[in-house]
Amino acid sequence: MTAALRVAHPRPYAPDAEITIRGLRKTFAGSPVYEGFDLDVPKGAVVSVFGPNGCGKSTLINMVSGLMPHDGGQILFSGKTIAQTRLAYVFQNYREALFPWLRAIENIRYPLRLMGLPKHEQDRRIERLLATMEVRFDLSRYPYELSGGQQQTVSIMRALVVEPEVLFLDEPFSALDYEMTLAMRDRLQRVFMETGVTMMLVSHDLEEAIYMADRILLLTRRPTRIAAYLDFSAPRPRSAETLTDPAFVALKREALEIFQREVRA
Amino acid sequence: MTARLARLGSALTPLAGVVVLLALWQLLHLSGAVDALLLPAPEAMMRALWNGFVTGPMAFDFLQTVWRTTLAFGIAAVIGIPTGIVLGASPQLYRSVEFVVDFFRSTPASAMFPLFLVLFGVGDEAKIYVASFGALLVILFNVAYGVMNARKTRILAARSMGASPARIMRDVIFWESLPQTFIGLRNGVSLALVIIIVAEMFIGSSDGLGHRLIEAQMLFRMPTMYAAIFAAGALGYGLNWLFALLERRVVHWGGR
Repeated sequence: MTAALRVAHPRPYAPDAEITIRGLRKTFAGSPVYEGFDLDVPKGAVVSVFGPNGCGKSTLINMVSGLMPHDGGQILFSGKTIAQTRLAYVFQNYREALFPWLRAIENIRYPLRLMGLPKHEQDRRIERLLATMEVRFDLSRYPYELSGGQQQTVSIMRALVVEPEVLFLDEPFSALDYEMTLAMRDRLQRVFMETGVTMMLVSHDLEEAIYMADRILLLTRRPTRIAAYLDFSAPRPRSAETLTDPAFVALKREALEIFQREVRA
Repeated sequence: MTARLARLGSALTPLAGVVVLLALWQLLHLSGAVDALLLPAPEAMMRALWNGFVTGPMAFDFLQTVWRTTLAFGIAAVIGIPTGIVLGASPQLYRSVEFVVDFFRSTPASAMFPLFLVLFGVGDEAKIYVASFGALLVILFNVAYGVMNARKTRILAARSMGASPARIMRDVIFWESLPQTFIGLRNGVSLALVIIIVAEMFIGSSDGLGHRLIEAQMLFRMPTMYAAIFAAGALGYGLNWLFALLERRVVHWGGR
């Protein structure tokens, strides 16, 4: 099987890849969205996914995270299957993703209960997470009593508490106002610096996609291919200055040119 | 001081309608436009209500009606909620029975009286079962819709955290369906009360508010009839209020 795969997809397996995607195939209503799609996501990197509307950004991370079935191809996590890998997912719509009948802290605890961990171990993990996140609001409140940013923070904590190997985020800040978005980007960056968890982040905001990422995956229109897979290696923690840094500005211009070419294509 | 008066005023505002209604009633009674036999003074109704409850049989009638309604509603809820969840969990299964549910939901429950009389005789069973039947379909329908309309994102979120289908059912879909379930329960209890009262009127009864009502009408005891109407209204209102209260407690996230 490996041999056959190699013939069809000569791209070799990268040894430092957390996620290896080979020959991914997905069809919606008879029209192909992904056809022989290959991608490597390096271990411990933040990869932003950016592309034209409807190109299947969310579809990609939904398939990789197992929320949506794919029609063909292979997705491996450090050589393991999805069932052997601990993944977590943060939804765009936190209002519909949190459980309003549970207090914020019980929302965070929920995946640990699913894992069947004993109570003291649950508490220990939550304590450790709280120390990283510097939460300054009352977690014994219900989600609807919290602001949007606080709710999305709870969502992110619920995802992180299982100590995932990969964290998927689907436009996590697009429902927040700009001020909150900036704060949340920095909070997420801090999480990344402390945990080093591999992240795949879908964004509809190019500035955010670059600011957050080590690699920026630019996609084409359907059928979706990789338009470019750019590197951004500015040191962390990044801040408002990063946004005006010449390297950032140059990369953003390059990405924008590629994007516009793909939109017109 | 003025603030306290204002607060008192706003607390009393809902009573304004009641006062106006009583005043109109009293005026109509005094004007003689309507035969005083048909429309006694409000005070006569209240005296009949008081006497009926304190020395007369109306307290017993009231409790009988409450008991039958509770039984009918209880049976309907115990069968309707689990069945609704099972049906709602499988849209295909629900579609296969949807027509039957909709048909009987649209059938006036009173049209089922003769059938239930034949099946269960003239005792309490027929009354309670026919009311259960009506309430059951309302509850089942609402629960099933609540389950079918559970937010897909929440189900996905639970699945992404590794929840099994059974856990998703218990931890997500059950809760998601609760707001709609409460709509079903509230409508169900109202309908059960309506059917019980009508059944008490017409299916050989010797007690219950419905029986008291029809008896007072036949004996031309108008104050008693008005008192029984009032008692039935208060019961319906009380049940609704109770369920609204329960709903706010249980579904605390509703509408937010």
